[in-house]
Amino acid sequence: MKWTTYAAPSRFYALAGRLTPWCWAAAALFGLAGLWTGFAIAPTDFQQGDAYRIIFIHVPAAWMSMVIYLAMAFWAAWGWMLNARMASMYARALAPTGALFTFVALWTGAFWGKPTWGTWWVWDARLTSEFILLMLYLGYIALTEAIDDPRRSANAGALLALVGAVNIPVIYFSVKWWNTLHQGSTISVGAAPKMVATMLTAMLLMTLSFWAYSFAVAFTRARAVVLEQESEAEWVRGL
Amino acid sequence: MSAMWLAITRRDLLLARRRRVEALLPLGFFVLAAGLFPIGVSPEPQMLRQIAPGVVWVCALLAAMLSVTQMFSSDHLDGSLEQMLLAPQSLVALVAGKVLAHWLSSGLPLVLVSPLIGLMFDMDARSIGAMTASLLLGTPILSLLGAVGAALTLGLRSGAALVFLVVLPLTVPALIFGTGAVGAVAAGLSPQAHLSLLGALLIVSGLAAPLATAAALRISLE
Repeated sequence: MKWTTYAAPSRFYALAGRLTPWCWAAAALFGLAGLWTGFAIAPTDFQQGDAYRIIFIHVPAAWMSMVIYLAMAFWAAWGWMLNARMASMYARALAPTGALFTFVALWTGAFWGKPTWGTWWVWDARLTSEFILLMLYLGYIALTEAIDDPRRSANAGALLALVGAVNIPVIYFSVKWWNTLHQGSTISVGAAPKMVATMLTAMLLMTLSFWAYSFAVAFTRARAVVLEQESEAEWVRGL
Repeated sequence: MSAMWLAITRRDLLLARRRRVEALLPLGFFVLAAGLFPIGVSPEPQMLRQIAPGVVWVCALLAAMLSVTQMFSSDHLDGSLEQMLLAPQSLVALVAGKVLAHWLSSGLPLVLVSPLIGLMFDMDARSIGAMTASLLLGTPILSLLGAVGAALTLGLRSGAALVFLVVLPLTVPALIFGTGAVGAVAAGLSPQAHLSLLGALLIVSGLAAPLATAAALRISLE
Protein backbone atom coordinates (compact mmCIF):
# COMPACT_ATOMS: atom_id res chain seq x y z
CA MET A 1 0.00 0.00 0.00
CA LYS A 2 1.43 3.35 -1.09
CA TRP A 3 0.56 6.80 0.22
CA THR A 4 -1.30 7.49 -2.99
CA THR A 5 -3.56 4.45 -2.56
CA TYR A 6 -6.57 6.48 -1.53
CA ALA A 7 -6.06 9.05 -4.28
CA ALA A 8 -8.03 6.67 -6.49
CA PRO A 9 -11.67 7.74 -6.29
CA SER A 10 -12.91 4.14 -6.08
CA ARG A 11 -10.72 3.32 -3.05
CA PHE A 12 -11.45 6.66 -1.41
CA TYR A 13 -15.14 6.00 -1.90
CA ALA A 14 -14.90 2.68 -0.05
CA LEU A 15 -12.67 4.05 2.73
CA ALA A 16 -14.85 7.12 3.31
CA GLY A 17 -17.90 4.88 3.45
CA ARG A 18 -16.30 2.80 6.18
CA LEU A 19 -15.08 5.81 8.18
CA THR A 20 -18.24 7.90 8.06
CA PRO A 21 -20.23 6.00 10.76
CA TRP A 22 -17.26 6.22 13.14
CA CYS A 23 -17.00 9.95 12.52
CA TRP A 24 -20.69 10.39 13.25
CA ALA A 25 -20.33 8.35 16.44
CA ALA A 26 -17.35 10.42 17.58
CA ALA A 27 -19.20 13.66 16.74
CA ALA A 28 -22.22 12.60 18.80
CA LEU A 29 -20.13 11.31 21.71
CA PHE A 30 -17.86 14.36 21.99
CA GLY A 31 -20.80 16.64 21.34
CA LEU A 32 -22.89 15.19 24.16
CA ALA A 33 -19.93 15.23 26.54
CA GLY A 34 -19.05 18.78 25.55
CA LEU A 35 -22.61 20.08 25.88
CA TRP A 36 -22.99 18.34 29.24
CA THR A 37 -19.73 19.79 30.54
CA GLY A 38 -20.50 23.19 29.10
CA PHE A 39 -24.10 23.56 30.16
CA ALA A 40 -24.34 21.47 33.34
CA ILE A 41 -20.90 21.40 34.97
CA ALA A 42 -19.12 24.63 33.96
CA PRO A 43 -19.77 27.43 36.47
CA THR A 44 -21.77 30.55 35.66
CA ASP A 45 -19.60 33.49 34.71
CA PHE A 46 -19.73 36.20 37.38
CA GLN A 47 -19.83 38.97 34.79
CA GLN A 48 -21.70 37.62 31.81
CA GLY A 49 -24.06 35.22 33.60
CA ASP A 50 -25.18 32.20 31.61
CA ALA A 51 -25.08 34.03 28.28
CA TYR A 52 -21.39 33.23 27.94
CA ARG A 53 -22.20 29.53 27.42
CA ILE A 54 -22.77 30.16 23.72
CA ILE A 55 -18.99 30.29 23.36
CA PHE A 56 -18.94 26.48 23.61
CA ILE A 57 -20.46 26.52 20.14
CA HIS A 58 -19.26 29.90 18.92
CA VAL A 59 -15.52 29.55 19.42
CA PRO A 60 -15.17 26.01 17.98
CA ALA A 61 -17.31 27.03 14.99
CA ALA A 62 -15.10 30.06 14.38
CA TRP A 63 -11.98 27.87 14.60
CA MET A 64 -13.48 25.37 12.18
CA SER A 65 -14.43 28.09 9.71
CA MET A 66 -10.78 29.09 9.41
CA VAL A 67 -9.27 25.60 9.54
CA ILE A 68 -11.63 24.33 6.85
CA TYR A 69 -10.77 27.23 4.55
CA LEU A 70 -7.08 26.39 4.83
CA ALA A 71 -7.78 22.67 4.34
CA MET A 72 -9.94 23.46 1.33
CA ALA A 73 -7.27 25.70 -0.22
CA PHE A 74 -4.62 23.06 0.51
CA TRP A 75 -6.49 20.17 -1.14
CA ALA A 76 -7.65 22.33 -4.03
CA ALA A 77 -4.06 23.42 -4.68
CA TRP A 78 -2.87 19.83 -4.30
CA GLY A 79 -5.41 18.69 -6.87
CA TRP A 80 -4.46 21.48 -9.24
CA MET A 81 -0.69 21.04 -9.08
CA LEU A 82 -0.50 17.24 -8.99
CA ASN A 83 -3.56 16.79 -11.16
CA ALA A 84 -5.13 14.64 -8.42
CA ARG A 85 -8.85 14.54 -9.05
CA MET A 86 -9.73 13.11 -5.66
CA ALA A 87 -8.09 16.05 -3.86
CA SER A 88 -10.10 18.51 -5.96
CA MET A 89 -13.32 16.65 -5.22
CA TYR A 90 -12.54 16.65 -1.52
CA ALA A 91 -11.85 20.41 -1.57
CA ARG A 92 -15.19 20.95 -3.20
CA ALA A 93 -16.87 18.75 -0.57
CA LEU A 94 -15.34 20.83 2.24
CA ALA A 95 -16.61 24.22 1.06
CA PRO A 96 -20.27 24.05 2.16
CA THR A 97 -19.27 22.80 5.63
CA GLY A 98 -16.83 25.67 6.00
CA ALA A 99 -19.47 28.16 4.93
CA LEU A 100 -21.90 26.60 7.39
CA PHE A 101 -19.47 26.96 10.31
CA THR A 102 -18.74 30.54 9.32
CA PHE A 103 -22.44 31.25 9.36
CA VAL A 104 -22.88 29.48 12.72
CA ALA A 105 -20.02 31.51 14.19
CA LEU A 106 -21.64 34.76 13.02
CA TRP A 107 -25.09 33.68 14.18
CA THR A 108 -24.04 32.56 17.65
CA GLY A 109 -21.86 35.66 17.90
CA ALA A 110 -24.98 37.75 17.35
CA PHE A 111 -26.79 35.80 20.07
CA TRP A 112 -23.89 36.42 22.43
CA GLY A 113 -23.57 40.07 21.45
CA LYS A 114 -27.18 40.97 22.16
CA PRO A 115 -27.14 40.38 25.94
CA THR A 116 -23.45 41.23 26.39
CA TRP A 117 -22.82 44.21 24.12
CA GLY A 118 -26.48 45.15 23.75
CA THR A 119 -26.45 44.81 19.97
CA TRP A 120 -26.80 42.00 17.45
CA TRP A 121 -24.05 43.18 15.21
CA VAL A 122 -21.07 45.52 15.35
CA TRP A 123 -18.58 46.15 12.58
CA ASP A 124 -15.56 45.20 14.62
CA ALA A 125 -12.47 43.50 13.23
CA ARG A 126 -13.33 39.88 13.85
CA LEU A 127 -16.97 40.05 12.87
CA THR A 128 -16.08 41.87 9.70
CA SER A 129 -13.31 39.50 8.71
CA GLU A 130 -15.52 36.50 9.51
CA PHE A 131 -18.19 38.10 7.33
CA ILE A 132 -15.68 38.51 4.51
CA LEU A 133 -14.62 34.88 5.02
CA LEU A 134 -18.24 33.87 4.44
CA MET A 135 -18.19 35.90 1.22
CA LEU A 136 -14.98 34.13 0.14
CA TYR A 137 -16.65 30.75 0.72
CA LEU A 138 -19.71 31.83 -1.23
CA GLY A 139 -17.53 33.12 -4.07
CA TYR A 140 -15.70 29.78 -4.21
CA ILE A 141 -18.93 27.78 -4.17
CA ALA A 142 -20.55 30.03 -6.78
CA LEU A 143 -17.53 29.84 -9.08
CA THR A 144 -17.15 26.06 -8.87
CA GLU A 145 -20.88 25.55 -9.38
CA ALA A 146 -21.01 27.91 -12.38
CA ILE A 147 -18.39 25.98 -14.38
CA ASP A 148 -19.72 22.80 -15.98
CA ASP A 149 -16.41 21.21 -16.94
CA PRO A 150 -15.20 19.42 -13.75
CA ARG A 151 -11.51 19.97 -14.46
CA ARG A 152 -11.81 23.67 -15.18
CA SER A 153 -14.16 24.05 -12.22
CA ALA A 154 -11.70 22.39 -9.83
CA ASN A 155 -8.67 24.33 -11.06
CA ALA A 156 -10.40 27.71 -11.18
CA GLY A 157 -11.68 27.05 -7.66
CA ALA A 158 -8.17 26.14 -6.55
CA LEU A 159 -6.73 29.39 -7.89
CA LEU A 160 -9.47 31.40 -6.20
CA ALA A 161 -9.03 29.56 -2.89
CA LEU A 162 -5.28 30.19 -3.00
CA VAL A 163 -5.72 33.89 -3.75
CA GLY A 164 -8.22 34.02 -0.89
CA ALA A 165 -5.89 32.20 1.50
CA VAL A 166 -3.08 34.66 0.72
CA ASN A 167 -5.50 37.53 1.24
CA ILE A 168 -6.95 36.38 4.56
CA PRO A 169 -4.10 37.75 6.73
CA VAL A 170 -4.12 41.03 4.77
CA ILE A 171 -7.87 41.34 5.20
CA TYR A 172 -7.66 40.44 8.88
CA PHE A 173 -5.00 42.99 9.75
CA SER A 174 -6.48 45.75 7.63
CA VAL A 175 -9.84 45.26 9.28
CA LYS A 176 -8.17 45.09 12.68
CA TRP A 177 -6.48 48.46 12.23
CA TRP A 178 -9.72 49.83 10.87
CA ASN A 179 -11.82 49.22 13.96
CA THR A 180 -11.89 46.97 16.99
CA LEU A 181 -14.25 46.20 19.82
CA HIS A 182 -14.19 42.40 20.10
CA GLN A 183 -12.72 41.11 23.34
CA GLY A 184 -9.14 39.84 23.08
CA SER A 185 -8.72 36.14 22.52
CA THR A 186 -9.08 34.11 25.68
CA ILE A 187 -7.05 31.14 24.56
CA SER A 188 -3.66 31.50 22.96
CA VAL A 189 -0.80 29.11 22.51
CA GLY A 190 1.95 29.70 25.07
CA ALA A 191 -0.14 31.61 27.61
CA ALA A 192 -2.19 30.17 30.43
CA PRO A 193 -5.87 30.28 29.44
CA LYS A 194 -7.88 32.84 31.38
CA MET A 195 -10.76 30.50 32.08
CA VAL A 196 -11.76 27.69 34.41
CA ALA A 197 -10.56 24.21 33.48
CA THR A 198 -14.10 22.84 32.99
CA MET A 199 -14.88 25.62 30.51
CA LEU A 200 -11.74 24.82 28.57
CA THR A 201 -12.57 21.09 28.62
CA ALA A 202 -16.05 21.75 27.30
CA MET A 203 -14.72 23.93 24.53
CA LEU A 204 -12.12 21.38 23.49
CA LEU A 205 -14.71 18.57 23.54
CA MET A 206 -16.97 20.64 21.30
CA THR A 207 -14.04 21.31 18.98
CA LEU A 208 -13.36 17.57 18.69
CA SER A 209 -17.04 17.01 18.01
CA PHE A 210 -17.05 19.64 15.24
CA TRP A 211 -13.93 18.10 13.71
CA ALA A 212 -15.57 14.68 13.63
CA TYR A 213 -18.76 16.18 12.23
CA SER A 214 -16.77 17.96 9.50
CA PHE A 215 -15.05 14.73 8.50
CA ALA A 216 -18.34 12.83 8.46
CA VAL A 217 -20.12 15.41 6.32
CA ALA A 218 -17.17 16.05 4.01
CA PHE A 219 -16.70 12.31 3.44
CA THR A 220 -20.39 11.87 2.66
CA ARG A 221 -20.39 14.83 0.29
CA ALA A 222 -17.13 13.72 -1.34
CA ARG A 223 -18.70 10.31 -1.98
CA ALA A 224 -21.59 12.02 -3.72
CA VAL A 225 -19.20 14.12 -5.82
CA VAL A 226 -17.26 10.99 -6.75
CA LEU A 227 -20.43 9.22 -7.88
CA GLU A 228 -21.46 12.27 -9.90
CA GLN A 229 -18.14 12.75 -11.68
CA GLU A 230 -17.32 9.06 -12.12
CA SER A 231 -20.79 8.00 -13.23
CA GLU A 232 -19.30 6.62 -16.46
CA ALA A 233 -16.73 4.44 -14.68
CA GLU A 234 -17.01 0.68 -14.55
CA TRP A 235 -16.87 0.39 -10.76
CA VAL A 236 -19.67 2.91 -10.22
CA ARG A 237 -21.99 0.99 -12.49
CA GLY A 238 -21.07 -2.16 -10.60
CA LEU A 239 -22.25 -0.67 -7.27
CA MET B 1 8.91 41.70 -23.55
CA SER B 2 8.29 45.41 -22.95
CA ALA B 3 7.58 45.81 -26.69
CA MET B 4 4.83 43.23 -26.43
CA TRP B 5 3.53 44.87 -23.29
CA LEU B 6 3.22 48.28 -24.92
CA ALA B 7 1.86 46.83 -28.16
CA ILE B 8 -1.01 45.16 -26.30
CA THR B 9 -1.71 48.30 -24.29
CA ARG B 10 -1.74 50.42 -27.45
CA ARG B 11 -4.01 47.94 -29.22
CA ASP B 12 -6.53 47.81 -26.36
CA LEU B 13 -6.52 51.58 -26.03
CA LEU B 14 -7.12 51.90 -29.75
CA LEU B 15 -10.03 49.47 -29.51
CA ALA B 16 -11.43 51.47 -26.59
CA ARG B 17 -11.12 54.69 -28.60
CA ARG B 18 -13.07 53.16 -31.48
CA ARG B 19 -15.93 52.39 -29.09
CA ARG B 20 -15.87 55.58 -27.13
CA VAL B 21 -19.32 55.45 -25.56
CA GLU B 22 -18.84 51.86 -24.45
CA ALA B 23 -15.49 52.76 -22.90
CA LEU B 24 -17.01 55.65 -20.96
CA LEU B 25 -19.92 53.60 -19.56
CA PRO B 26 -18.15 52.83 -16.25
CA LEU B 27 -17.50 56.54 -15.80
CA GLY B 28 -21.18 57.28 -16.37
CA PHE B 29 -22.12 54.61 -13.87
CA PHE B 30 -19.64 56.02 -11.35
CA VAL B 31 -21.01 59.57 -11.54
CA LEU B 32 -24.63 58.46 -11.56
CA ALA B 33 -24.26 56.04 -8.63
CA ALA B 34 -22.39 58.63 -6.55
CA GLY B 35 -25.05 61.18 -7.41
CA LEU B 36 -27.80 58.93 -6.09
CA PHE B 37 -26.45 58.99 -2.54
CA PRO B 38 -27.28 62.59 -1.63
CA ILE B 39 -30.80 61.95 -2.95
CA GLY B 40 -31.12 58.66 -1.11
CA VAL B 41 -29.38 59.51 2.17
CA SER B 42 -29.63 63.21 2.90
CA PRO B 43 -28.63 66.49 1.25
CA GLU B 44 -27.16 67.79 4.55
CA PRO B 45 -23.58 69.02 3.82
CA GLN B 46 -22.39 67.68 7.19
CA MET B 47 -23.63 64.19 6.41
CA LEU B 48 -22.38 64.32 2.82
CA ARG B 49 -18.88 65.28 3.92
CA GLN B 50 -18.85 62.27 6.23
CA ILE B 51 -19.99 59.67 3.71
CA ALA B 52 -18.19 61.10 0.66
CA PRO B 53 -14.96 59.05 0.74
CA GLY B 54 -16.85 55.79 1.28
CA VAL B 55 -19.38 56.56 -1.42
CA VAL B 56 -16.73 57.51 -3.97
CA TRP B 57 -14.64 54.45 -3.18
CA VAL B 58 -17.52 51.98 -3.25
CA CYS B 59 -18.78 53.44 -6.52
CA ALA B 60 -15.27 53.17 -7.97
CA LEU B 61 -15.13 49.50 -6.85
CA LEU B 62 -18.45 48.71 -8.51
CA ALA B 63 -17.58 50.63 -11.68
CA ALA B 64 -14.29 48.73 -11.95
CA MET B 65 -16.04 45.37 -11.54
CA LEU B 66 -18.59 46.41 -14.13
CA SER B 67 -15.99 47.08 -16.79
CA VAL B 68 -13.44 44.42 -15.94
CA THR B 69 -15.34 41.57 -17.64
CA GLN B 70 -14.73 43.39 -20.95
CA MET B 71 -11.00 42.91 -20.56
CA PHE B 72 -10.88 39.44 -22.12
CA SER B 73 -14.41 38.73 -23.34
CA SER B 74 -14.27 40.20 -26.86
CA ASP B 75 -10.85 38.66 -27.50
CA HIS B 76 -12.24 35.39 -26.25
CA LEU B 77 -15.27 35.60 -28.53
CA ASP B 78 -13.34 36.26 -31.73
CA GLY B 79 -10.66 33.70 -30.87
CA SER B 80 -7.72 36.10 -30.68
CA LEU B 81 -7.21 35.28 -26.99
CA GLU B 82 -6.36 31.68 -27.88
CA GLN B 83 -3.80 32.93 -30.39
CA MET B 84 -2.31 35.14 -27.68
CA LEU B 85 -1.98 32.13 -25.39
CA LEU B 86 -0.17 30.25 -28.15
CA ALA B 87 2.18 33.16 -28.86
CA PRO B 88 5.83 32.67 -27.91
CA GLN B 89 5.80 35.89 -25.86
CA SER B 90 5.11 35.76 -22.16
CA LEU B 91 1.45 35.58 -21.20
CA VAL B 92 2.18 37.53 -18.02
CA ALA B 93 3.40 40.49 -20.09
CA LEU B 94 0.26 40.30 -22.19
CA VAL B 95 -1.92 40.33 -19.09
CA ALA B 96 0.03 43.27 -17.67
CA GLY B 97 -0.51 45.16 -20.92
CA LYS B 98 -4.22 44.49 -20.86
CA VAL B 99 -4.50 45.54 -17.22
CA LEU B 100 -2.64 48.77 -17.95
CA ALA B 101 -4.96 49.50 -20.87
CA HIS B 102 -7.99 48.77 -18.71
CA TRP B 103 -6.78 51.10 -16.02
CA LEU B 104 -5.95 53.89 -18.49
CA SER B 105 -9.31 53.63 -20.20
CA SER B 106 -11.61 53.09 -17.21
CA GLY B 107 -9.68 53.61 -13.96
CA LEU B 108 -7.91 56.88 -14.72
CA PRO B 109 -11.11 58.70 -15.82
CA LEU B 110 -12.63 57.87 -12.43
CA VAL B 111 -9.60 59.37 -10.67
CA LEU B 112 -9.84 62.51 -12.79
CA VAL B 113 -13.56 62.94 -12.16
CA SER B 114 -13.45 62.15 -8.42
CA PRO B 115 -12.48 65.75 -7.36
CA LEU B 116 -15.71 66.97 -8.96
CA ILE B 117 -17.69 64.43 -6.97
CA GLY B 118 -15.79 65.60 -3.89
CA LEU B 119 -17.01 69.16 -4.60
CA MET B 120 -20.58 67.93 -5.00
CA PHE B 121 -20.23 66.31 -1.56
CA ASP B 122 -18.88 69.55 -0.05
CA MET B 123 -15.44 68.15 0.81
CA ASP B 124 -12.58 70.53 1.56
CA ALA B 125 -9.54 70.80 -0.67
CA ARG B 126 -7.20 68.70 1.48
CA SER B 127 -9.67 65.84 1.75
CA ILE B 128 -10.23 65.94 -2.00
CA GLY B 129 -6.48 65.78 -2.52
CA ALA B 130 -6.16 62.75 -0.23
CA MET B 131 -9.10 61.04 -1.89
CA THR B 132 -7.72 61.59 -5.38
CA ALA B 133 -4.30 60.34 -4.30
CA SER B 134 -5.84 57.25 -2.71
CA LEU B 135 -7.85 56.53 -5.85
CA LEU B 136 -4.78 57.04 -8.01
CA LEU B 137 -3.01 54.32 -6.00
CA GLY B 138 -6.12 52.19 -5.49
CA THR B 139 -7.80 51.94 -8.89
CA PRO B 140 -4.86 50.01 -10.45
CA ILE B 141 -5.31 47.45 -7.64
CA LEU B 142 -8.95 47.09 -8.69
CA SER B 143 -7.94 46.53 -12.33
CA LEU B 144 -5.33 43.96 -11.25
CA LEU B 145 -7.64 41.98 -8.97
CA GLY B 146 -10.50 42.34 -11.41
CA ALA B 147 -8.35 40.78 -14.13
CA VAL B 148 -8.01 37.61 -12.02
CA GLY B 149 -11.78 37.43 -11.62
CA ALA B 150 -12.41 38.18 -15.29
CA ALA B 151 -10.00 35.43 -16.35
CA LEU B 152 -11.56 32.91 -13.94
CA THR B 153 -15.12 33.60 -15.12
CA LEU B 154 -14.23 33.81 -18.82
CA GLY B 155 -17.09 32.69 -21.02
CA LEU B 156 -19.41 31.66 -18.19
CA ARG B 157 -23.14 32.31 -18.43
CA SER B 158 -23.26 34.25 -15.16
CA GLY B 159 -19.73 35.64 -15.50
CA ALA B 160 -20.60 39.30 -15.00
CA ALA B 161 -22.38 38.68 -11.69
CA LEU B 162 -19.78 36.16 -10.52
CA VAL B 163 -16.95 38.68 -10.86
CA PHE B 164 -18.59 40.85 -8.21
CA LEU B 165 -18.90 37.97 -5.73
CA VAL B 166 -15.44 36.60 -6.44
CA VAL B 167 -13.41 39.82 -6.51
CA LEU B 168 -15.13 42.25 -4.14
CA PRO B 169 -14.13 40.43 -0.89
CA LEU B 170 -10.50 40.65 -2.03
CA THR B 171 -10.70 44.42 -2.48
CA VAL B 172 -11.64 45.12 1.14
CA PRO B 173 -8.09 46.10 2.24
CA ALA B 174 -7.85 48.63 -0.62
CA LEU B 175 -11.21 50.07 0.39
CA ILE B 176 -10.16 50.34 4.03
CA PHE B 177 -6.86 52.11 3.39
CA GLY B 178 -8.33 54.27 0.64
CA THR B 179 -11.12 55.66 2.77
CA GLY B 180 -8.80 55.65 5.79
CA ALA B 181 -6.51 58.16 4.06
CA VAL B 182 -9.39 60.61 3.69
CA GLY B 183 -10.54 59.92 7.24
CA ALA B 184 -7.06 60.70 8.54
CA VAL B 185 -7.05 64.07 6.77
CA ALA B 186 -10.51 64.86 8.13
CA ALA B 187 -9.21 64.06 11.64
CA GLY B 188 -6.26 66.43 11.13
CA LEU B 189 -3.66 63.67 10.71
CA SER B 190 -1.34 62.85 7.86
CA PRO B 191 -2.72 60.40 5.26
CA GLN B 192 0.79 59.13 4.60
CA ALA B 193 0.49 55.85 6.53
CA HIS B 194 -2.64 54.84 4.64
CA LEU B 195 -1.21 55.87 1.30
CA SER B 196 1.98 53.92 2.01
CA LEU B 197 -0.03 50.79 2.80
CA LEU B 198 -2.08 51.32 -0.33
CA GLY B 199 1.15 51.63 -2.31
CA ALA B 200 2.41 48.40 -0.73
CA LEU B 201 -0.83 46.67 -1.75
CA LEU B 202 -0.38 48.00 -5.28
CA ILE B 203 3.16 46.65 -5.50
CA VAL B 204 2.19 43.22 -4.15
CA SER B 205 -0.86 42.88 -6.38
CA GLY B 206 1.11 44.24 -9.32
CA LEU B 207 3.62 41.43 -8.86
CA ALA B 208 1.19 38.63 -8.07
CA ALA B 209 -2.02 39.37 -9.95
CA PRO B 210 -0.66 39.13 -13.53
CA LEU B 211 0.80 35.70 -12.67
CA ALA B 212 -2.53 34.57 -11.20
CA THR B 213 -4.41 35.99 -14.19
CA ALA B 214 -2.15 34.18 -16.64
CA ALA B 215 -2.69 30.91 -14.73
CA ALA B 216 -6.44 31.54 -14.68
CA LEU B 217 -6.50 32.15 -18.44
CA ARG B 218 -4.71 28.85 -19.02
CA ILE B 219 -7.22 27.08 -16.75
CA SER B 220 -10.15 28.67 -18.53
CA LEU B 221 -8.97 27.94 -22.06
CA GLU B 222 -7.25 24.57 -21.76
